[in-house]
Amino acid sequence: MKVSVFRFGLVGTASFLPLSLILLVAFLTAYSWPAIQYNGLQFLWTNDWNLGSLYGNPVSIHGQQVMPGARYGIWFLVVGTLASSFLALLFALPIAVGAAYFLVEMMPKWLSGPLALLVDLLAAIPSVVFGLWGYVLLIPLLGQTVFPWMTQHIGFIPYLGGSPGSGYGLLTTAIVLAFMIVPLISATMREGISAIEPSLKEAGLGLGLNRLEVLWNIILPKLKTTLVGVSILALGRALGETMAVVMVSGNALNYLPNNIYTPISTMAAFIVSQLESALQDPTNMAVEALAEIALVLLVLTVIVNIIARMILWGAKVRS
Amino acid sequence: MSTSNLTTSMTASVGSKRRQIRVSWKRHLFRTLGTAFVWFSFVIVAVAFLSIILDVFLKALPGLKLSLLTEVSNGMSGGLKNAIEGTLVLSLGSLLISAPVGIAAGIYLSEFGSGIAGKSLRFLSDVLVGVPSIVLGYVGYITMVIYLGWQFSVAAGIITLSIMLLPYIARTTEMALGNIPQAVREAGFGIGAGEGSVILRILLPGAMPAVMTGLFYALALSMGETAPLIYTAGWSNYMWNGQFTNQPIGYLTYVIWTFINEPFEEAHILAFAAAFLITMVVLGLILLGRWLMVQQLRKRGAYQ
Repeated sequence: MKVSVFRFGLVGTASFLPLSLILLVAFLTAYSWPAIQYNGLQFLWTNDWNLGSLYGNPVSIHGQQVMPGARYGIWFLVVGTLASSFLALLFALPIAVGAAYFLVEMMPKWLSGPLALLVDLLAAIPSVVFGLWGYVLLIPLLGQTVFPWMTQHIGFIPYLGGSPGSGYGLLTTAIVLAFMIVPLISATMREGISAIEPSLKEAGLGLGLNRLEVLWNIILPKLKTTLVGVSILALGRALGETMAVVMVSGNALNYLPNNIYTPISTMAAFIVSQLESALQDPTNMAVEALAEIALVLLVLTVIVNIIARMILWGAKVRS
Repeated sequence: MSTSNLTTSMTASVGSKRRQIRVSWKRHLFRTLGTAFVWFSFVIVAVAFLSIILDVFLKALPGLKLSLLTEVSNGMSGGLKNAIEGTLVLSLGSLLISAPVGIAAGIYLSEFGSGIAGKSLRFLSDVLVGVPSIVLGYVGYITMVIYLGWQFSVAAGIITLSIMLLPYIARTTEMALGNIPQAVREAGFGIGAGEGSVILRILLPGAMPAVMTGLFYALALSMGETAPLIYTAGWSNYMWNGQFTNQPIGYLTYVIWTFINEPFEEAHILAFAAAFLITMVVLGLILLGRWLMVQQLRKRGAYQ
C-alpha cells in the first residue's frame, strides 16, 4: 500500500505524544541518576531531608560528591502526599455522587443545566486561585474556629484530637483538594446516571422503592466500575496538585503528621518550595534529589492513571 | 439494605389500600438523611464556587483601576501590565505550537487510530494528561533552563506549556472528528477526493466549532497554570523585550502566589486583582467554548 506524505506527517506528529512521555521519564532518570545511586532505595522510606553543611568542603561518598552530612529521605512527603490525596478522595466521593444525583434526578431539566454549570466551572478555576481562597478564607475560618471546636468536642476520635494547629495542614489541604476533584467525579457520574436505562429505575420505583433507594440499590451498583475508575483518576489528579497545596499545607519538613491538623508537605509542593534552597548546594546533589522526587511522583501518577484508564476503558466511559 | 423490609411490608399489605403500607422507620430515616445529604452536597459545592468568585471579586475591587493595565509591577506595587503581557505571550505562544501538532495527532487518532498503534497512542495521551504539571516544569528546568543554558526564558515556558496542552488538544480534536458521520467521508472519497483533501477540506471544516472549543479549553488551562512556569519562565518586573531565551517573563498566576505573601496591603490587592483577571478570562473562555459547542449541536439538531 502506498503511504502518502500526508499520512506520514500525521504519524510523525502523533508520535510526539508517546515520545514526550518517554522523554520525561528518560530525562528525569538521567538527571537524577547520581542522586538515585547516592540515596539508594531507602530514599523512599527514611525521614530525613538534610542538605548537609553547606559551608563545608564536599566529601565523596559512594563515588558521589556531596556536602558533609547530606542525607535525602522523603518518607514524610510520601505520607503527606498519600494522606492528603486519600482524605480528599474520601471527602469528595460522597459529595460528588450526591451533587450528580441532585442535578440529574432531583432538578427539572431547565434548572439542572445552569446549576450544573456551578459545579463544572469549579473545575476551571486555576489551582493557584484555589490556593488563594484557602489561604485567605479557609485557613482563618478553620484554624481559629472549626479546628479548635473539633479538638474540644470530637477530639476523642483518633487523629482528631491534640493540638488544632494554625489552620495550615493536612485537613485544610484535603478539603481544598476535595473541592478541586469533585467536578471531575461529579461530571462523570452525572453522565453515568443519565445513561442508565429508565426501565431499570422504573422497575425499582414500581417495586415501591423510593428514589434514594433506587440510587443506592440500582444505580450505584450499576455504576460501580465507573465510580472506581473515576475515583482513581481523581486520586491521580490530587496526588500531583501543586500550587494550592503549597499555599495551604504549611510546607512541613521532616515532620510526620500526628493528627489531621498537622502541617504537611507533598512531593509536588516540595519541589516548588525547595528548589531555591537546593540551589545553594554547590555539588548539585540537592537539585538532583529533587529530580528524583519528580521521578517518583511521575511514576506514581503514571501508574495510578494507567490503572484508572484501564478500568474506565473496560467500562467504556469517556472522561 | 431495605429490600427485605420492603418485601415484608408489601406482603403484609396485600389486599389493603395503598396508603396503609407501613414503611419501616429505617427506610424513613434513610430517605430523610439521604435527601438532606444530596441537597447538602450540591449546596456545599455551589457555595464553594460562589465564595471563591465573590471573595476574589470583592477583595480585588479596590485594585481594579486603569493603572493595572498601564503600569508595570514595581516589586510590590504598580500595575500588572508586564504580567498580563507575559500571560498572553506564554499562552498564545504555547497554543501556536501545540495546536497544529495536537490537531494533527487528533486527526491521526480519529481517522487511522483503529489499529494497535492508534489504541496505544490514545492510551498514552490519556496517561500524559494525568502527569502533574510540576513534573513537566521540573523537566523543562533541567533540560532547557540548565542543560541548554536558556536560563529562565520565554521559550522554556512556552515549550513546557505546549507539552502539557498537546494531549488535551489531540483528544478533543479526535472526539470532534469522530462525531462526523462515516457517510460524509464516503461521499468525499466517492467524488474522487484523496485522503488529504477529505480530511483537510471536508472533515476539519465540519468539526471546526468542536475543535475550537478544545482550543479555548486549552488556552484557559494554560492561562491558569503556575507550576510548570515557575522554574521555566521565571519572573520579571519589566516588559518582555522580544527575546526568546535568556530573558525571563512575568505572568499573572505568579503574582497571585507571591504577592499574597508580602506584608503589604498594596501587594495583596494586586494579587487579588491578578486572581480576578485570570479567573474571569478562564471562565469566559470555558463559557465561550461551551456556547460554541451548543451552537454546533443545535445546528445538527442533536441538542434540545
